[in-house]
Amino acid sequence: MFAYYLELALRSLMRNRALTALMVLAIALGIGASMTTLTVLHVLSGDPLPERSNTLYYPQVDPRDSAGHDSDKEPMEQVSWTDGKNLLQAKRANRQALMTGGTVAVQPTQSALDPFYEDARFTTADFFPMFGVLFQYGHGWNAADDDSSARLVVISSALNDKLFGGKDSTGQMLRLEGTALRIVGVLGDWRPNPHFYDLNVTNYAESEGVYMPLSTSQDLQLVHDGSVDCWGNGGAGQRPDHSGTCVWLQFWVQLDNPAQAAVYKEFLVHYSQEQKALGRFQRPPNVRLRNLMGWLDYNMVVPGDVRLQVWLAFGFLLVCLVNTVGLMLAKFMRRAGELGVRRALGASRRALFGQLLVEAGVIGLSGGIGGLLLAFLGLWLVRQQPTSYAALAHLDPWMLLTTFLLALGASLLAGLLPAWRACQITPALQLKSN
Amino acid sequence: MEIRPILASLRKHRIPAILIVLEIALACAVLCNAVFMIGQRVVDIHRSNAIDERGIGVITVDGSDPKMASSDIPRNLGRLRGIAGVQAVAVTNTVPLSNNNWGWAFGATPDSRFNDAVNISAYFLSEGGDKALGLQLLQGRFFSSDEYADSKRGSMPLVDTHVVIITQSLAERMWPGQPALGKVLYSKPLAYTVVGVVADVLRPFVNSQKAWYSTFFPLSPDGALSYYVVRSAPQDRDRVVRQAQQTLSELNPIAVVKGHSYTDIRERYFANMSSMAWMLVLVCVVMLAVTAFGIVGLTSFWVQQRRRQIGIRRAVGATRGHIMQYFQAENFLLSTAGVVIGMGLAFGINLYLMQHYEMERMPWYYLPGGAIALWLIGQFAVFGPARRAAAVPPVVATRSA
Repeated sequence: MFAYYLELALRSLMRNRALTALMVLAIALGIGASMTTLTVLHVLSGDPLPERSNTLYYPQVDPRDSAGHDSDKEPMEQVSWTDGKNLLQAKRANRQALMTGGTVAVQPTQSALDPFYEDARFTTADFFPMFGVLFQYGHGWNAADDDSSARLVVISSALNDKLFGGKDSTGQMLRLEGTALRIVGVLGDWRPNPHFYDLNVTNYAESEGVYMPLSTSQDLQLVHDGSVDCWGNGGAGQRPDHSGTCVWLQFWVQLDNPAQAAVYKEFLVHYSQEQKALGRFQRPPNVRLRNLMGWLDYNMVVPGDVRLQVWLAFGFLLVCLVNTVGLMLAKFMRRAGELGVRRALGASRRALFGQLLVEAGVIGLSGGIGGLLLAFLGLWLVRQQPTSYAALAHLDPWMLLTTFLLALGASLLAGLLPAWRACQITPALQLKSN
Repeated sequence: MEIRPILASLRKHRIPAILIVLEIALACAVLCNAVFMIGQRVVDIHRSNAIDERGIGVITVDGSDPKMASSDIPRNLGRLRGIAGVQAVAVTNTVPLSNNNWGWAFGATPDSRFNDAVNISAYFLSEGGDKALGLQLLQGRFFSSDEYADSKRGSMPLVDTHVVIITQSLAERMWPGQPALGKVLYSKPLAYTVVGVVADVLRPFVNSQKAWYSTFFPLSPDGALSYYVVRSAPQDRDRVVRQAQQTLSELNPIAVVKGHSYTDIRERYFANMSSMAWMLVLVCVVMLAVTAFGIVGLTSFWVQQRRRQIGIRRAVGATRGHIMQYFQAENFLLSTAGVVIGMGLAFGINLYLMQHYEMERMPWYYLPGGAIALWLIGQFAVFGPARRAAAVPPVVATRSA
């Protein structure tokens, strides 16, 4: 029966090509636009570390003085040198890392290459195991290297390709800002998006090329890159001071279950009370312990424009669907005579309904395929854009499936009303009027 | 033109009529909001910036030794002046729309705290910075040579001087309706007296209405100064930028040196916005086309369905014009219902977007604007089918379909 309906549907669709093309095109355009924008949103709001994100937390404390104090205000978004060091040394979490961003001039020994700037991450040893960083060659460093401000670096695979042609460069020396540092590790393909651990530097972009111990970076007085917030008489130079009145570091901890997280939050409150007793903090304890996804939400990482585009595209899809409903209705009603004959010959309403839905489904499927092609085109266009997230805009299997379900669902939905209306005809009347 | 028969016939074709109304309403709502978003972005992209945008090139020098700044900078500037066609050179800490913001907060009274202080962007200029950027002085004066020479920074975030030049917008914000000259900007323990007011210059990072809250400070050669600004006639600019980049990289072999014309910097800054605006334009055009084709399709169907009735009307004396008018009036009624609902919907969507996104209130005239656009589209779309209806010969009435 289905095959027969399919044949009928194709026959009817071929009879009125312009109208069919219009319906298919409308669905394709609507689906194409919605899927393009939805894919971008899906990619941008994704989980950067799916296996670890629920065990990673970002503690916040409020070390400011009481000036301008407002009780429901959020605590500072980063930590000061003093608090960062204290929390790091307290070792209350399973793993913890204190970090900040920087920019270093790489001075290649190969004369063929001009010096260039590279983004750097100054961090403590747990960064690598805690974030599950993959290594191509070598390894990270350990706490003893942090303590001794060891002159060593880990570099990204991109930088390794650029400088050493992709060969194992561990053990070689790298000149940064006039200092030679020993390469101990080369990262594998590790590029979490969004760049969750420091949203001040960039939200969606390439990760850093150079990683080195935080203590080493401070020894060498390397240039800090990122946001610095000060209060009181704190000053913000390019190399933020180590006194406690500026925040410029990010602190991440790994807590394996909610119970541990609750205990850690308790510890942050105690820490704030203790610091207040010491006179360093002046406000009542105001702490937050957001997990990774919570932190991304709080920072509204996904650009507002992207969400607006999704809204707009779905508005557009709705217009296209209403349009298709109208056209399909017109088409089905025009065939009232033919349907009347079928009814008179004994076809049940259900059979007619099924037949018309098959026709709607064919239109939907063609529209879906067209929409998919348009979505590929749309994503290609997005990739040509100068935005930082452009390179990420690719369709994954999930979105592919969503596209087809959306197209089919939408056109069946669009076919429901016209098919139902067309089934309501009284066969006698139709036969007579003909 | 009698409306009643039209209404009576629409009542008979309730579902298609509702669908057309719905489609027009949705299209109107989306169109109003999309055009408003386009408008906002166009305003953003064309923000005024009172520097010589067409004549300026900017060369950044990163990674030179800050301790050597006091000898390197005069040497670099001297060599840049020697390039043919260069009218003025200076070095600054950042330039408008570079995304490299030096922010600070100032109040109008000595005790201004964070809540009533205004966030501004600070530009530090080396001597001649006003000429190199092409600042337009409205009141007061530019800095004197002594003020440039005496201003140091050291490890401080701001500079050790007591003079500042501010933009007109900032002057209006700090001291509305009063002359700004001689007034003082405070940020304990710092205080700067306004000696000049210049036409609005954009900040390195632009958001909303505060786009022009810029201040200028004099500064003697210092490690913070790394944006070399060279000004020339627009036709010489690209060559000058190339030569300046070459000169500076020869002088600073370990530094990373990059040169761009200012028009490039501006274009790059707004590239995202302009691609978003073009995407919106594309969506609007396609959506209107889809709507128009939908109207064509449904009206054609109606025309075909009513061939006999049209024939009868023609046979009893209606002219072709009458038939045309009938379909045009019908479409006008449907469009009117559509745009009335659409305007309400557009307003609602705008309110929602205002709550959830950085969106401003849509000015009222976007609503009638969208309505007129859809009326026109409707009339345009109905023209073809209506002509075909008018062409139905009266003799059709005598045939049985």
